[in-house]
Amino acid sequence: MNALSISQLRKVYSNGFEALKGIDLDVEEGDFFALLGPNGAGKSTAIGIISSLVNETSGSVTIFGHDLQKHRNQAKSCLGLVPQEVNFNQFDTVKNILLNQAGYYGMSRKLASARTEHCLKQMDLWDKRDTISRRLSGGMKRRVMIARAMVHAPKLLILDEPTAGVDIEIRRSMWAMMQDVNQQGTTIILTTHYLEEAESLCRNIAIIDQGRIVENSSMSQLLARLQVEHFVLDLAEALITPPDLEGYQIELVSPKVMSVAVPKTKGLNQLFNYLTQHNIQVLSLKNKTNRLEQLFMDLVQAKTSRVE
Amino acid sequence: MNFTAYNTIVVKEIYRFLRIWPQTLLPPAISTALYFLIFGKLIGDRIGTISGASYMDYIVPGVILMSVINQSYSNVVSSFYSTKFQHNIEELLVAPVSNVVILAGYITGGILRGLLVGFVVAFIAMLFSEVVVQNVSIALLIALMTATMFSLAGFINAQLAESFDAISLIPNFVLTPLSYLGGVFYSVSMLPSVWQIISMGNPILYMVNAFRFGFIGVTDVDIQLAFMMTGGFIVVMTIFSLFLLHKGTGLKQ
Repeated sequence: MNALSISQLRKVYSNGFEALKGIDLDVEEGDFFALLGPNGAGKSTAIGIISSLVNETSGSVTIFGHDLQKHRNQAKSCLGLVPQEVNFNQFDTVKNILLNQAGYYGMSRKLASARTEHCLKQMDLWDKRDTISRRLSGGMKRRVMIARAMVHAPKLLILDEPTAGVDIEIRRSMWAMMQDVNQQGTTIILTTHYLEEAESLCRNIAIIDQGRIVENSSMSQLLARLQVEHFVLDLAEALITPPDLEGYQIELVSPKVMSVAVPKTKGLNQLFNYLTQHNIQVLSLKNKTNRLEQLFMDLVQAKTSRVE
Repeated sequence: MNFTAYNTIVVKEIYRFLRIWPQTLLPPAISTALYFLIFGKLIGDRIGTISGASYMDYIVPGVILMSVINQSYSNVVSSFYSTKFQHNIEELLVAPVSNVVILAGYITGGILRGLLVGFVVAFIAMLFSEVVVQNVSIALLIALMTATMFSLAGFINAQLAESFDAISLIPNFVLTPLSYLGGVFYSVSMLPSVWQIISMGNPILYMVNAFRFGFIGVTDVDIQLAFMMTGGFIVVMTIFSLFLLHKGTGLKQ
């Protein structure tokens, strides 16, 4: 069964702006799915409609087989949302925020208390349970929102830029937590501007741009399409001119830093053989851009230029 | 119906207005004590009686009901607008909570605060007056209906408001004038005939008089008409509130 099925979803705002132009999307149960797109592409509108915060103009949304229009409550019960912005009552305690949310989902006080404890411990927030939420750090507030979204044990969890603005340490701990939640059977849809996050966490991906889905495939299939990878090499000694190796596009970023475009058909061995033969010692090597980022830019730019 | 969600909203609302009792319970207690002292005791003794009741006894029901009106209205308008402003409302919109439950939860919160303050003010009134309630059922029923109606009005205001200014406009420019001109401090029969006719268009006049009838058995209006009018307002405002919720006015894009 699909965790989420979207069919011909369209949204025209009151000012006439068409944010979604009839998108179709399926997310399988158990998936860790990335929904990517530039700002204003329609991601938030799509998530808003799925989570009943935005009224659709036409089309349908089905969550675990429940049509959002016809069986709204059943569909909503399957869904947990972690929004972009902090939206809990900042004058309430962390524990009350979760207890209230559990109450809205019809959970008894006893069960709500047990789930609250479980989720706060999972998010490493149990010792903050009686803290007024506005006194928490930014990272903790994000974790409160994840715990709140998890309190009714949803089958589908939507995380809308959950790691935006948090430091790398917290981001990595949140990645581990998301993977853990997914491994326990919860389907996750993630939107993020950190493409390395999507690449390392998600199995399938859709890219949305200007209200249309421009790409929808598995992450591995998408990455396999990358024909050229760009690397940055730190050199031991300065060069005056870049090496001239046929098939490779090599530029000097600075005398001791070299940028190389490596075609997939050529690989790295030939490049390193050449550098070794010419006594050019390489100290370190890294991707110039994240692989997904490169594809993302290609897809979005291609679409933009077609429109222009 | 999701009764657990309803209970959750109601308990949250009670907890909210009790937590901020210096803002919610204390001011009406102080201001009404001043009304009773200045209008009832100091000035009232010189006014004499109205419809056979001392001026103090005459104003007690109106002052109590004015507090019920203001408190039930302001509880819902401030709570629901803050919820909307801080986007906490999304917690309810995402969850399987029907519009009826959302409305019922907030309205119950408003009613409870309105009635609680009404009892506080009634207790203070007892310090200044020895009035004995003649018909408890009528007094309680009209107080309940009034609290319901103005809670609904607060809910509609909060839904339509796009700024904090907009939620203070109605209390300042509609509610307060209508309350003061609703026969709280005088009998409508004391007005010139033109103003008597104009006053009959003020719904608060009917509620105040029905409540006064329950308290001291004196009224300027037909009690049945007062109940029917208040009931009619409740029905219309409930339907309008649910319509706004269904459309997502002020809540959804």
